Amino acid sequence: MTVDSTAGAPTTAPAANDGPADAGPPELVQLLTPEGERVEHPDYSLETTPEELRSIYRDLVLVRRFDAEATSLQRQGELGLWASLLGQEAAQVGSGRAMRPTDYAFPTYREHGVAWCKGVDPLNLLGMFRGVNHGGWDPDEKNFHLYTIVIGSQTLHATGYAMGITKDGADDAVIAYFGDGASSQGDVSEAFTFASVYQAPVVFFCQNNQWAISEPTEKQTRVPLYQRASGFGFPGVRVDGNDVLACLAVTRWALDHARTGQGPVLIEAFTYRMGAHTTSDDPTRYRIAEELESWKLKDPIERLKAHLVREGWADSAFLESVEAESEQLARRVREGVRTMPDPDPSSIFEHVYAEGHALVDEEREGYLAYASSFASAAAELTDGEDD
Amino acid sequence: MTTATPSRTRAAGATTLASALNRALRDSLREDPSVHILGEDVGTLGGVFRITDGLAAEFGADRCLDTPLAEAGILGTAVGMAMYGLRPVVEMQFDAFAYPAFEQLVSHVARMRNRTAGRMPLPITVRIPYGGGIGGVEHHSDSSEAYYAHTPGLHVVTPATVADGYGLLRAAIASDDPVVFLEPKRLYWSKEDWSAEAPAPVEPIGRAVVRRRGTSATLITYGPSLPVCLEAAEAAKAEGWDLAVVDLRSLAPFDDETVAAAVRATGRAVVVHESSGFAGVGAEIAARVSERCFHHLAAPVLRVTGFDIPYPPPMLEQHHLPGVDRILDAVGRLQWEQ
Ligand SMILES: Cc1ncc(C[n+]2csc(CCOP(=O)(O)OP(=O)(O)O)c2C)c(N)n1
Ligand SMILES: [Mg+2]
Repeated sequence: MTVDSTAGAPTTAPAANDGPADAGPPELVQLLTPEGERVEHPDYSLETTPEELRSIYRDLVLVRRFDAEATSLQRQGELGLWASLLGQEAAQVGSGRAMRPTDYAFPTYREHGVAWCKGVDPLNLLGMFRGVNHGGWDPDEKNFHLYTIVIGSQTLHATGYAMGITKDGADDAVIAYFGDGASSQGDVSEAFTFASVYQAPVVFFCQNNQWAISEPTEKQTRVPLYQRASGFGFPGVRVDGNDVLACLAVTRWALDHARTGQGPVLIEAFTYRMGAHTTSDDPTRYRIAEELESWKLKDPIERLKAHLVREGWADSAFLESVEAESEQLARRVREGVRTMPDPDPSSIFEHVYAEGHALVDEEREGYLAYASSFASAAAELTDGEDD
Repeated sequence: MTTATPSRTRAAGATTLASALNRALRDSLREDPSVHILGEDVGTLGGVFRITDGLAAEFGADRCLDTPLAEAGILGTAVGMAMYGLRPVVEMQFDAFAYPAFEQLVSHVARMRNRTAGRMPLPITVRIPYGGGIGGVEHHSDSSEAYYAHTPGLHVVTPATVADGYGLLRAAIASDDPVVFLEPKRLYWSKEDWSAEAPAPVEPIGRAVVRRRGTSATLITYGPSLPVCLEAAEAAKAEGWDLAVVDLRSLAPFDDETVAAAVRATGRAVVVHESSGFAGVGAEIAARVSERCFHHLAAPVLRVTGFDIPYPPPMLEQHHLPGVDRILDAVGRLQWEQ
């Protein structure tokens, strides 16, 4: 007796899963081809100045450089873990730049590019990965919530936050970030339901990077993910996740849709996780190198660079200055991590409850007395040596 | 031409807990076609801790299923599979990621036998890597045993040695009751001389074992804290204390007999576990010991546990986890005569 397995390849692979370069399925919104050619889309237009394009390019390069630095800091033992965004810069910078400062983002653990766009100091992102805290920033300061590791749960938080916004009559909106793997979680379906029923101003931004650790997207779904939205009663759009302009245009549209009371939108940014799941992962165990090679040709930064150069909007002086700035950022991050102060042991007893709490207070006092007994024992020892 | 070399079974070698668990799964899959493994990344990858390494390749993707990323879905469908007559072995990737499946566990897995008046047992094993000490980021270091031990209808088992890893997992999978099988993740790579050559011992669920005999006081512990307690017992010799160490192995059912006998033998007891103390498993143990051994006790039963705080970030976890010094400190407070 055997059960039918969910593990086998779908018998009918959805054509849309073939990827953007393969004859460009009609549903994939693209404004910049992998070769760097600017194309128009009937539904999503985007006005940009050369200046803005250069600024976007700068964001992409800096974010990638920061990410590479974090990866090497992990290798050097300065971080315990790192979840690289390599390959997903356009999805994150495009959607991140579409937000107003008052719009709120609920990230996963990989949204370093969104954090950058929201103005969170990259150094603050590293505290958690170094092991000194659970997230080193004030979520409300930049309207960027802490990284959420429990897969999918933040989509509900984002929806509730958006419901709060409508109570206030404000015209802010929220983005809930999540992955292709997360799309299987009940929490995500529940978030879709709540957002739809309450017409909450939330944009569900799914970065389909084709992998959830070792499981390819076919193990999560048999329909393209963006199509799920229609079952919940709101629009879904698949965008070329390696096209920063398309990501920007579609997310801007979706945020406006949400903030003007028309309800949620699901965006599926079709992209690729170029690196390991995290520094603890070994992708050679489960995926083939050719896949990586084919996605290299769709690199999000190269295509914008090609476009800028072709149009004559970026000369070598500009490109070099961005390069130099990225090295400067890497240096600042490196030094910042190395000099990050170790956390105070007694801090583990803080912020457990609003008020003093008998049990925690007792444990704090007990532990501090216990710890200082070692200090005084050590002092006695040194005194003894002096005698 | 024959030489006199006696034929003998392969010598025991250094085996990790991880490979003993893998072996237990493999033997169970081989012997019982109803056994099926379900979980995230358990197929091609072999699990993030490699406990299911090679099983999908050997037994097929329909015996070792890479599931969608949804814990409630994994356990909920395991319930249905068990109702159909299969014997699911579910892997939760980390302790805190089992919480989405909590409703299935508490409301369905634990109660089905009772609700159906015994007609529908659920022989499900839920494997959960648990505990800290590995420098994991948030939600990767919880000790969740008290939630499960508090739930009637569940067996809660946790091995601390390589041999028990094999023996108890075999027993858990063979059990007709649901078993929450808590794997101390920081011991996954600890090694022992152990070989699964026949006869492979299947440990009965529900029996504690005395790991170290002693006369001064008894440490009662389980899972990741066992090696810490054994180390503390060694260190205690310098203080003139001869400590006994009991490894519970099974939190539910609880082996009152072994524990009470071990406490009566010394008259003093300290319970050690990583999870928070308040309403923890240690509270239950202290109560049971007090109820049964009151007249043998020279001092109240003390507990050394994690603090009652959310699990701290990696750089501070050593302050939270019970270590040798905190255990010795507690032993020192057991009202010794001057
Ligand atoms: C509830 C829960 N289950 C399991 C995990 C372990 N885990 C961490 S990341 C991950 C895969 C996530 O894949 P996806 O949603 O596609 O995001 P990606 O990592 O690709 O960005 C898993 C299974 C978790 N963090 N939370
Ligand atoms: Mg993914």
